This record gives sequence, C-alpha cells and structure tokens, in this order.
Amino acid sequence: MSSDYKPSSAVGKWFNDRLPLLDLIYGHMLPYPTPKNLNYWWTFGGILTFCLLTQIVTGLVLAMHYVADADLAFQSVEHIMRDVNYGWLLRYIHANGASLFFMAVYIHMARSLFYGSYKEPRELIWIIGVFIFLLMIATAFMGYVLPWGQMSFWGATVITNLFSAIPFFGDAITTWLWGGYSVDSPLLTRFFTLHYLMPFLIFALVVLHVWALHVPGNNNPEGIDVVKGSQDTVPFHPHYVIKDAFALMVFMIIFAGFVFFVPNILGHSDNYIPANPLQTPEHIVPEWYFLPFYAILRSVPDKLGGVILMVSAIAILAFLPWLDTSKVRSAKYRPLYKQFYWLFIADVILLGYLGSQVSSGIYLIVGRIATAYYFMHFIIVMPLLGFFEKTKPLPKSISEPVLTKEEQKQKENGSAVTGDFVYK
Amino acid sequence: MGEKKVTRRNFLYITTGAFSAAGAGAVAWPFITQMNPDASVKALASTEVDLRPIVPGQSITILWRGKPVFIRRRTKEEITEAQKVAITDLPDPEDDTERVQNPEWLVMVGVCTHLGCIPLGQKGDYNGWYCPCHGSHYDTSGRIRKGPAPTNLEIPEYVFLNDNTIKIG
Repeated sequence: MSSDYKPSSAVGKWFNDRLPLLDLIYGHMLPYPTPKNLNYWWTFGGILTFCLLTQIVTGLVLAMHYVADADLAFQSVEHIMRDVNYGWLLRYIHANGASLFFMAVYIHMARSLFYGSYKEPRELIWIIGVFIFLLMIATAFMGYVLPWGQMSFWGATVITNLFSAIPFFGDAITTWLWGGYSVDSPLLTRFFTLHYLMPFLIFALVVLHVWALHVPGNNNPEGIDVVKGSQDTVPFHPHYVIKDAFALMVFMIIFAGFVFFVPNILGHSDNYIPANPLQTPEHIVPEWYFLPFYAILRSVPDKLGGVILMVSAIAILAFLPWLDTSKVRSAKYRPLYKQFYWLFIADVILLGYLGSQVSSGIYLIVGRIATAYYFMHFIIVMPLLGFFEKTKPLPKSISEPVLTKEEQKQKENGSAVTGDFVYK
Repeated sequence: MGEKKVTRRNFLYITTGAFSAAGAGAVAWPFITQMNPDASVKALASTEVDLRPIVPGQSITILWRGKPVFIRRRTKEEITEAQKVAITDLPDPEDDTERVQNPEWLVMVGVCTHLGCIPLGQKGDYNGWYCPCHGSHYDTSGRIRKGPAPTNLEIPEYVFLNDNTIKIG
C-alpha cells in the first residue's frame, strides 16, 4: 500500500532509498484506504493513542521528582503537588489521564463488541487488544500504589495477597513479590520500575495492533467487507485525520474539565492519608475502572475461586472470536444480539456499581447473579445466537445503505443516479 | 500580477495556525519549567552566617545553593597586597574595593571559573587560591592571575545584617 511514495526533497529521497521509513509512515497514515462510513465510535483508536502518549510524557516528567521509597514516596508526591513548577497540573493530568484512558478503552471495546470487529479476519487485532488491556490493568494498578497513601498500600496488600490463593506455592510467591514479609519498600521500588516499563510494552503492542489492523483494513458500521477498488473507501488523510482530530478535541475538553475543575472526583480521599501498615481503611475500593472485576472477585465465597473467576472474566475476551458463532458482524443486522449486547453492557455497569458497595445482603446476591450472567453471555448466549438468530439481510456494499430510500428507488428504476453525489 | 484576495479560507488557516501554535506553547511550558528550581529549592536560596567566631587570617566555607562560599577575614597584609596590584596586570580587571563591602571580609563563591572545581585556600603563586584541577592561580582578592580560568571568582549577592552577621543570597 505504500510503495508509491516519492519524497519531494533530495534529502528525503536519499534517506528513503536507504531506509524506507517515510514510505512506511506515509502508507499507514495518508492514503491508507478507510471505509467511508466510519462513525464517531471509530475515533477512539486515535484518542487512545493520545492517552498513551500523554501518560508516557507526564509520567516521564513525574518520575523526575518522585522518590520510590516507602519513607519518602508520599512526601515526594506532596512535593510534586506543592513545590514543583506546575507539578499539580502534571500529576492531575497523569491521574485523570489514567481514568480517561480506561473510559476510552471501554468505549473502544464496546464498539468492537457491537460491530463485531473481533471476528474473522480481525481475531488477532482483538487478541492483541486484550493483551493491551491486561497490561493497562497492571500498569494502572502499580501506578496507583506509587503515591503510598492508605488506598495505595491496602490496594497493594489485597491484590498481592490474591497470589497467596495459588495452591502450594502461594505463600512463597507472595513473599517473592513483596521481597519481604509484608508490603514495604522493596515492593514499592519494583512496582515503580515495572510501572515505568509497561507503557513502552503497551506502545509496542499498539504498533502490532495497528499493523494487524492495516492488513484487512478497518471494519465498519455495516460489518461487511469493502469492495476492492470501489468507492467504498476514502484515503485516511484528510478525511479521518480531520474527523479523529475533531473527536480528540472534544475528548480533550472533557479531559481538561476533569483536570481543572474536579481533579479528585475520580480518586479516593483516603489516598491523601499516608500509608499506615497498622490500620486498614474502613471501606477499601479500587479505582472505578476496576470495579466490575472487583465485584466478580467478591461474589465468590472461595478465595481461589474468586481469583480464578476474576482472571477468567478478562481471559474469556480473548476467546470471543470463536465463542461468537454468527457469521454476521454488525449488531445492526443482528436483532437478537443487539438486545443481548445492551443487556451485557447493563450487566457490566451493574457489576461496577456493586463493586463500589459493601458486599453483603442483597448486594451480594445481585452480585452473584450479575457475575453468572457475565459468563453466560460469553459461554451460552454468544455460541447459541449464531445458530438461532435470524439476521437481517446485509447490504451488498457500503455505498448501498448510504443512499436514501428515494435514491434507492430511482436506482432500481434505472435512472442516472449513481452512488455518487446527487444534485436535486 | 493579479491582486491576491484575502479569502475566508486564508483567514481560517491563519487563525487555526496561530491558535495551534499558542496552544502548543502553553502545553509545552509546564513540561519545560518543571525542571527549573522548585519552591522548596528557592526557599533555601539564602543563608545567614554568624561572623563572630572567625579571627583575622581565618576562612570558613559554607554551603549556599549547593555550592561552597568562602568567607575570609583577611589580614592587614592581604588587604594591602590586594589593593596595591596595578589594575593593568589583571586578566579580568577589577579593583579590590569593587569586590568587598568591608575590606576585612572577602565573600566569594568557591567555584573555579574554569570548569567548576573548588580552589584550595592560601596556595598558589599569589598567596590566594589555587585550583588543583587545571592550575588557576587567584590572588588575595580572589582575582584570576595565572592559568586557564577566564574570570575572577564570583562574588555572591550578600548584605551585612549587622556588624557580625551577613545574609548571602
């Protein structure tokens, strides 16, 4: 797709003949053929790239002032907030950036679920995406430990203790993770190291994600393949560069709203209390983006069972391309799946709410039902729908559903209307 | 040459470009200035020194902004020696009176102006300071006399709060 690029400058040509880097960038960013009917749900790929880069840049700068030591970490974060020039801004961007990163990634994943973007031939894109999501979870969790407040400390304690559920080797593994007999400096230092490393691994996976995407090309709201060499596609630049840029701008306004007006609304005030190994906060909750998984963990009365179920809740996503037996991609043409889709989204939101509540009484019962449904959606609903669902007829091409009914009629009557622009 | 008409598009291009440039600058600035001295560093930017324990002919070195500051109570001979030097003999001409507020007290940053080493006191060919790194000789007023250093030892900003106390910075 990129071999037709001719650098205009002599230096560019000299460079490109020896290393076709410009070729590569050009081919993937400018003429890359993109379905012409992508809606705004497709802009989140660009938004997520922005989020990752923002986290890397602000994180790099914060690391210049942060000290990863149990005695100094909390103070160094306060030092960033009070003393460092614009430290408050950089930290609030980083902390809220993590939240918005997850908001965007959940929308991105929900988009894929709705339009069947994970299906053949895009399974690998989806699986790489699941790994990116896993790394994001690990990175966000370790990052939350670094300020060494009460929530940091007890979050780290609870999550690292999950490993003690592993039969036989559990205690040995937790001791190894801690580098001691409790959560303390050694753990903080290694979390900091890994928290610094992982975004670069995510970045590498993002490159693979985009590379894999550019082999079959984008899915689209109709969920049908583009007709090669037709008017189904437009060049990525300027059409989607501008559309993505506009969506990114709106996203940045929301981002700025959080950073400047309610920077702590998504956090927990207990994390402004220095870590105290002798006292657990009354009600410990993870960051909002982990709540659905936290609810799944707590819905199981067995320690090991809870851990296994929570890990499975994410792992099962990787098998989705094969659990979904339907040949039709887009939920637009799957009337039953569309309803189950929204039921599933509601279930995840419900789990998120339950994760924020004290796990007892009615909350526990509803939590168990919601957890059961989460897995049923993947194990029972998705495989069966492919066999029982009567899907709507698919359009012949992307251009077809874009036409209005009147134009459709004219076309059928053999008038001069083409798929192009129609003057009335 | 046809007259170029200013179109709406020209206007939009220029305003978009101008706003983008201003926005990019505003975003870049916090990332740049975060590396400048922060409030906690600035809070330590001045130091008060009690001069009473220092007898004539004795020097002390104190730490100010992470750098050594030499405070020397000069002897009569050192003052005379510093004052009688012909200004034309100096690579970096500066009269001794310009370098002190009170001739008895010489206060200067103890960092060689060549490449940042700390000169040794009362050494060298001019009875002042001598830098062991690359052999710069300073006189009893801390002025460069011989060697690679380009300028005299720097005089920090300081005031006498009273006869016995100075505040540096």
